[in-house]
Amino acid sequence: MSDRRVFRTLLPGSPRLGIIGKFRAWWGGWPFCQLAFLVALAALGALFVSNVLDTMARVGILPGFGFLYSSANFEIGESPIGFRAGDTYLRAIIAGLLNTLKVSLLGCFFATICGVAIGIAGLSRNLLLSGLVRWFIEITRNTPLLLQLFFWISIAKALPAPRQASVFFGTVFLTNRGVYLPSLSLEAGPVGLHAALTLTTCACMATLLLLRFAGRLTRRSGAVAIGLVLAAALVFLFLSGAQPVAEVPSLSGFNIRGGVNLSPEFAALLTGLVVKFSALIAEIVRAGIQSVGSGQWEAARALGLHDGQIIHLVVLPQALRVITPLTTSSYLDLTKDSSLAVAIGFPDLVSVINTTANTTGQSMEALATLIGTFLAINLTLSALMNAYNSRIALRGFAR
Amino acid sequence: MSIARSRNTLARILTVLCTGLFGTRTNTLITLATLLLLAQVLPPLFRWAVLDATFTGDADACTRAGACWAFVMAKLRFILFAFYPPDLQWRPALVILLLALILTASALPRFWGRPLLLAWPLAVLACWFLMQGAFSATPIPSNQWGGLPVTLFVWAVCFAAATPIALLLALARRSKLGGLRTFSVLYIELMRGTPMVGILYVAMLILPMALPDGLSIDKMLRAMIMVTLFWAAYVAEVIRAGLQAIPSGQTEAATALGLGYWRTQQLIILPQALRIVIPGMVNLAIGFLLATSLLAVIGIFDLLNAARASAADPDWLGFYNEAYLVAAAVYFVVCSGASRYSRWLEGRFSAGRHQAP
Repeated sequence: MSDRRVFRTLLPGSPRLGIIGKFRAWWGGWPFCQLAFLVALAALGALFVSNVLDTMARVGILPGFGFLYSSANFEIGESPIGFRAGDTYLRAIIAGLLNTLKVSLLGCFFATICGVAIGIAGLSRNLLLSGLVRWFIEITRNTPLLLQLFFWISIAKALPAPRQASVFFGTVFLTNRGVYLPSLSLEAGPVGLHAALTLTTCACMATLLLLRFAGRLTRRSGAVAIGLVLAAALVFLFLSGAQPVAEVPSLSGFNIRGGVNLSPEFAALLTGLVVKFSALIAEIVRAGIQSVGSGQWEAARALGLHDGQIIHLVVLPQALRVITPLTTSSYLDLTKDSSLAVAIGFPDLVSVINTTANTTGQSMEALATLIGTFLAINLTLSALMNAYNSRIALRGFAR
Repeated sequence: MSIARSRNTLARILTVLCTGLFGTRTNTLITLATLLLLAQVLPPLFRWAVLDATFTGDADACTRAGACWAFVMAKLRFILFAFYPPDLQWRPALVILLLALILTASALPRFWGRPLLLAWPLAVLACWFLMQGAFSATPIPSNQWGGLPVTLFVWAVCFAAATPIALLLALARRSKLGGLRTFSVLYIELMRGTPMVGILYVAMLILPMALPDGLSIDKMLRAMIMVTLFWAAYVAEVIRAGLQAIPSGQTEAATALGLGYWRTQQLIILPQALRIVIPGMVNLAIGFLLATSLLAVIGIFDLLNAARASAADPDWLGFYNEAYLVAAAVYFVVCSGASRYSRWLEGRFSAGRHQAP
C-alpha cells in the first residue's frame, strides 16, 4: 500500500512534493520495517559500545580522547617532525600519519613511473623483453605483498656494513644501516630547500588557478606562467645569496656521512610497495593501450601522423579513460597496503596507533582515529582523482 | 611426411624467433640490452640456488654463500603444519585434501547446483571438527593450528560466508529503499576505506571487550568473523557491477509478468548477474588468498607466518629466504592456477554468448 502511495506522488502532473514528501519518496516502501532494521542495528552497536565502556571502567580506563594530550613513553625511530619519548600521543599519531603519507606519496609516484615503463615494455614486439615482463608481473601479482616485504626487509638487513657498502655510481650506498642517497640543500638562504619547493609549488598552482578563473588558461599560457614563476623564484634565491649544495654521502670512520639516509625499514617498505604496484599498474597500462583498437592506429597513419603524434594525440587520450579509474583504485590500495609497515617495524600510522592502543588501553578511541584517518585520506584521494577523471572522460559520459 | 612437417614447424618457430628477437635494428638492440641485464642477474642467482647450495646435512653444513635446501627438507613439515601436534598431522592434511576437493568441485561448471551449496557448510563443519581434534583424546586449541590448512580454511570459509552477506548488501545498494540503501553505501565505503590490518586489530582488541560478560570467542574465530564482514564489502561491489550490467528491461518485463521483487531477483536477475560476475569473483578470491597472509600480523600462524617461524628455530637460524621461497611457491601455484582458470572461464562464457542467437 505504501508502495502505491509513493508511486502516485511521483506520477507526472502530480502536485510538487514538499520536503516530507520528497523524503518519503526517497525512503521508499516498507518504511517501518526499514526503520526497525536500522534501530535494531543501532541497538546492537550500542550494546557493543556499552560493553566496551563497562570493560574499560572495570580496568580503570577513562574513555574519551583526553589521552591524546598525555605524554607517550615510547620512541619513534624516524619521522619528518621529530618525536622523542615524553611528547604527546597526538604528536606521535601525527608523526605516524606523516610517515604513512610520505611512503604512500613516494610509492604512488615511483610505482606510476615504473608501472608505465614496464607496461610499455610488455607491449614490445621483442619476444625476450615481453616474456621477461610477463614473468615479472606473474610472480609479483601471485605472491602476497607481506611476503615480498619480509623478503625485502631480510635483504635490507643482510646488506654489508658501511665499510663494505655496495656503492653504485659512487654516490648511492647500500648498507645494513639503510640506503644513502645524494641530497640537495640550500645554504645561506632565507629559507630551506623544502620550504622553497613548497612555496614555489604553491605559487605555480595559485597562478594556474588565477588564469583558470580569468578564463585564459591554455597550454601555452600555463607553460609561460609556470616558467615565469620558476624564473622569479630562482632570481629571488640568487639575489638572497642562497647557494644550492649537492651533498654526496661518503665513508668516514665506521659510518657514512652526508646525503639522505633512508632507514632499512623505509627502504624495504618503499621497494616492496613500488615493485608490487608497478606490476599492477603495468597490467592496467597494457589493458588501457590494448583497448584502443588497431583501426585507430591505421586511421592515424593514413592521416599522415607519425608514431609520436599517434600516441600523444590518438592513443593516450583514449587509453587514459580506461587507465585513470583503475589507477585510482591502485593508489587507494597502495595507501591502505602501506599499513603493512607494522609487520616490518616501520613507524607508520597503524604501527603508532597499535603501540598507543597497547600502552594506554584506549583501543576503541585509537582504532576509531585510525579508521577515520584512512577514510579521510581515501575520500580525499578519490575526490581528486574523480575530478581528474571527469576532465579526461568522453564528453557526455563523464560521471 | 611427419619429418617434413616437423621440419616445417621448426622452421616456422625459428622464423618467429628471429623476427621476434632480431627483426629490426631497434629490436636487436633491445634483445642485446635485455640479455646484458639477464647476464648480470641470472649467473649469481644460479650460483646461489644450485652451485653453492647445500642439499643435505644440517645447519652447520650450510654455507652462507648458497641456498640451504637441507633446511627446506628438514622444516617442510613445520612450514605446512606449524605447531600442530606431529602425530596428529594427518588431520590438517585431510583438511587440505577436503578443501582442495570442494574448491575443485566449485570450479567445475558441471557441479554447479544445489548439492554443491549444501556440501559447503558440511565441508566447513567437517574441517572445523577435524582441526579441533574431534574423536581424539585431546582437543587441539586453535592457537596450535597453523600453516597451509589455516590459510586455506580461513580463505575458503570467509569467502563462502561473505558471499551471501555481500549479495544482500549489493541488492540493498541497488534497491529503492532509502534507509537500507544508505546503510549499505555507508557500510561498504567504511569497510573499503579501512586497511585490513585495522580490521584485524578490531578483531584482536575491540571484539573481546564488546562481547557480553562470560562470552568469549577464540582469536581465530574472531579474526574470521571480522574478515568475513570486511570481505563482504568487496564482494558486494563486484556483485553490484554484475547487477548493473543487466538491462532494466529485464526487471520491467518481470514486473509486467506479475513477479514480485524476490521472485524477479531469484528467477530473472541473479542468474544472469552472477554468471557475469564469476570471473571477477575468481580474481577477488585470488586477492583474498594473498590477503590471508595478513593474519601473521595478529600472530596467527598461517602459511607465511609458519615459514617465518621456521627460520627462527635455533637449530636452523636465519634461513629466511629459503623459507619465504617455499611459501611463495605455494601461493604462486595456487594463485596462478586460479587466474588461468578465471581466463578459461571468461573464454568459455564469451564463447557461450556468441553461440546464443
